[in-house]
Amino acid sequence: MKAAVIVFPGSNRERDAVAALERASGTKPHLVWHRDTELPDVDLVVVPGGFSYGDYLRSGAMAAHSPIMRAVKAKAERGLRVLGICNGFQIVTEAGLLPGALMRNAALKFVCRTVHLRVENTDSAFTGKYRKGQIVRYPVAHHDGNYWADAETVKRLEGEGRVAFRYVSDSGADDPLWNPNGSVAGIAGIFNETRTVLGLMPHPEDAVDPLHGNLDGKPLFDGLVEALS
Amino acid sequence: MTKPAAKQPDVTPEMAAEHGLSPAEYQRVLEILGRTPTFTELGIVSVMWSEHCSYKSSKVWLSKLPTKGPRVICGPGENAGVVDFGDGDAIIFKMESHNHPSFIEPYQGAATGVGGILRDVFTMGARPIANMNALRFGDPSHPKTRHLVAGVVAGIGGYGNCVGVPTVGGETNFHPAYNGNILVNAMTVGVAKADRIFYSAAAGVGNPVVYVGSKTGRDGIHGATMASAEFSEDSEEKRPTVQVGDPFTEKLLIEACLELMATEAIVAIQDMGAAGLTSSSVEMAGKGGLGILLELDDVPMRETGMTPYEVMLSESQERMLIVLKPGHEDEARAIFEKWELDFAVIGRLTDDGKLTITMHGQTWCDMPIAPVSSASPVYERPWEPTPPRAELPADVLAGWDGDVAAALTKLVSCPDQASKRWLWEQYDSLVGGDTRFMSGQADAGVVRLPGQGRKGVAVTTDCTPRYCLADPVRGGAQAVAEAWRNLTAVGALPIAVTDNMNFGNPEKPRIMGQFVGAIQGMAEACTALDFPVVSGNVSLYNETNGEAILPTPAIGAVGLLDDVMTAVGLAFRAEGESILLVGDTAGHLGQSLFLREILGREEGPPPPVDLAVERRNGDFVRGLIKDGLLTACHDVSDGGLLVALADMAMAGGIGAHLPGLDGRDAGFLFGEDQGRYVLVLKPENAATVQSRAAEAGVPVTPLGTTRDTALTADGPGAISVEGLRRANEAWLPGYMSGK
Repeated sequence: MKAAVIVFPGSNRERDAVAALERASGTKPHLVWHRDTELPDVDLVVVPGGFSYGDYLRSGAMAAHSPIMRAVKAKAERGLRVLGICNGFQIVTEAGLLPGALMRNAALKFVCRTVHLRVENTDSAFTGKYRKGQIVRYPVAHHDGNYWADAETVKRLEGEGRVAFRYVSDSGADDPLWNPNGSVAGIAGIFNETRTVLGLMPHPEDAVDPLHGNLDGKPLFDGLVEALS
Repeated sequence: MTKPAAKQPDVTPEMAAEHGLSPAEYQRVLEILGRTPTFTELGIVSVMWSEHCSYKSSKVWLSKLPTKGPRVICGPGENAGVVDFGDGDAIIFKMESHNHPSFIEPYQGAATGVGGILRDVFTMGARPIANMNALRFGDPSHPKTRHLVAGVVAGIGGYGNCVGVPTVGGETNFHPAYNGNILVNAMTVGVAKADRIFYSAAAGVGNPVVYVGSKTGRDGIHGATMASAEFSEDSEEKRPTVQVGDPFTEKLLIEACLELMATEAIVAIQDMGAAGLTSSSVEMAGKGGLGILLELDDVPMRETGMTPYEVMLSESQERMLIVLKPGHEDEARAIFEKWELDFAVIGRLTDDGKLTITMHGQTWCDMPIAPVSSASPVYERPWEPTPPRAELPADVLAGWDGDVAAALTKLVSCPDQASKRWLWEQYDSLVGGDTRFMSGQADAGVVRLPGQGRKGVAVTTDCTPRYCLADPVRGGAQAVAEAWRNLTAVGALPIAVTDNMNFGNPEKPRIMGQFVGAIQGMAEACTALDFPVVSGNVSLYNETNGEAILPTPAIGAVGLLDDVMTAVGLAFRAEGESILLVGDTAGHLGQSLFLREILGREEGPPPPVDLAVERRNGDFVRGLIKDGLLTACHDVSDGGLLVALADMAMAGGIGAHLPGLDGRDAGFLFGEDQGRYVLVLKPENAATVQSRAAEAGVPVTPLGTTRDTALTADGPGAISVEGLRRANEAWLPGYMSGK
């Protein structure tokens, strides 16, 4: 699998993404600068976490209009796999690749902790190595992770199996007390219509190394390598 | 651009006094110059000679700390300390206070404190890989405390999270002595190649002096002077002296500087911290024995009509001063333009030893540098030793009802000991993907060196201010010993120290005596433990209306782990494992948390610190961890043995059967004797550990076995771990929500 990681001014989890991709595929991904206008020939683009453009104006809003995102958007519309994590989720949403918006956390504070997620749909290159309904643990680290979409959109996402991950309790129950940011319907990550684009707030790339004390993110990257090699 | 008034105000002795210069200091300025200084010159000298920049009250004593060792690459005097971590790797680290601004404007004060310490570290060529912080707030019931906690924590998170450096630990205390002066001490640890360290001494007459980063505005003028005086009722009016931070620019500055540092373009580099362009230019030229010409018209400015005085004294954030090799300007400019940062050649090095400042075709400053930078005043202020505290009366426990379970529950939920999860969850502790242990998981933060395989650095900050107040010598030694112990408890080899000396008004002999005592204790401990001080910061005048803070010599320290995966945390990991206590327990209750929280008394001497025993016990424990014999380890500190066991149980969600505590008294359960650790090991390793202890002459006491969901012993009975955890977790969120 050949992959590229986009770097914006203010990206800060690109190193984590590079390490996770290299660990899974054995190949170093390309780092692509935000001002570039073309993508290298790759099977996967990762839009990493951080504070692109300082998150000024609105998280992800300015990065969504960068030259490289025009190229990412064009190729995504032709089926290129795109993984937007945290700030990357905000960016691909602002770019219109995914519906809805990421608002300030309901508690109005930055939150960094390990959360429990239920894998809701395994029919994708991203989630194929999980069991449907499997409970996994990923860390979150964000200030603006409160996913919102209007009722009709949420209904469509649910109906089309486009909710990828949902915040749940440690026993796997839907429980707003375990939702770290107030996201509607506990939504932690969603697919586009063709399930070729995944955006999620939690960080699978920080759960792939024995050092992390948690390998629950590994199947996501291993699955991508398997599906895209 | 609007021209400033062509004429500066004439300087008078009264004006010098308003700038914080004593009559004797002003006389010295007149002698150095042989004339009356200009207004700009007066501003420059006054900040250079402020306590904050000159260390004039502390210099004499700081020189008594041990600063050398086989691993020290660079000790105090540069932007940060540098130690050798083997294989060509260097660790660069420092801790610095931002106390006064954080009290006035907590969010920006704390945020720019983090920004400043990050710059001190990456200016030497290091990529920052871990942040820590040591915070002291006033009484929780004081009307300002909640607001200050909220602002400081948001400021630290807002800055550190955005720049992408994980905040992996710290400490937070509350005491009424900090009601009028909170302490915000921030520490950064970075990693560099040992042969690619950048220093601040300028060299090469004619070399270009380059300004990079943010534009200069009027913010923070006289910040350093503010930090060199006591607060009074009007401290609120000093808000305009607090700087405003922009972590996004800092992140770009880190990446741009590291990119430039990979080239051969740099001669010297220094961040513009306290006293901004003044201290960076004077220090760089002074260290190099050269002069410097600054043409201020070329300084990127974000406000119009700024005077030379304002440009030189601005403390606008996220700025660096660089001396480049000639001919490398275009190469450097391209890097900073790529990162969308300002870049300007604003002057050059000269051979006349002077600081010359021009603007609008006029000269505003023409002053010899050497007397200003190195011949600043040094004071040996009068001091008196702190009188020893009386021993506790024999019947000190008479007022206690003997309810161990209730006392333990109260201790784990008291403000100093309660879980700080509310606070650390606002910090990104994981960015970078190299964090092994963060707050609450182990006695020290542990981070792997990026791209290095298995080597890691352990980081801790420690100080017990109530010990320091009762006996500064013992308290100073204890702070160093506890830092050494916390690094040891994760399995790291302690390497070196950064100190952040927070005290009251040094012009009072009683306060100066606290400073002198703490230095003496620290020096003894650092020497005995081969733990040199390589960087530090002094914050004096932490007083409001004559009320001083507790003496707080905060110790930050780093340790080396050859393999981060051998490090152990503090949580019980499984049932059926053996629990041992290392070290002797005399049952010392003087100045203990138990005495203060349960009996309401802050009395007695603090526990003695036997540095030879400390070292023997620690070396023994570290050896066990290295050989994989332990599953968990925790030092015994605030609250004593039972609180240490409760910490381990709460972190692991597992209880323990503790026959070793049957019928023990309050001194054994809650005493704060030093040099002790709780070890957890698989039962099959118990014999090996016991025989190694006997060989090393280390006292070891079996306490029991991890089991079930309660801490159980004859006397206290069964104390539910879940009940303790609830009490421990409830206090801070409850307090912050206004309960």
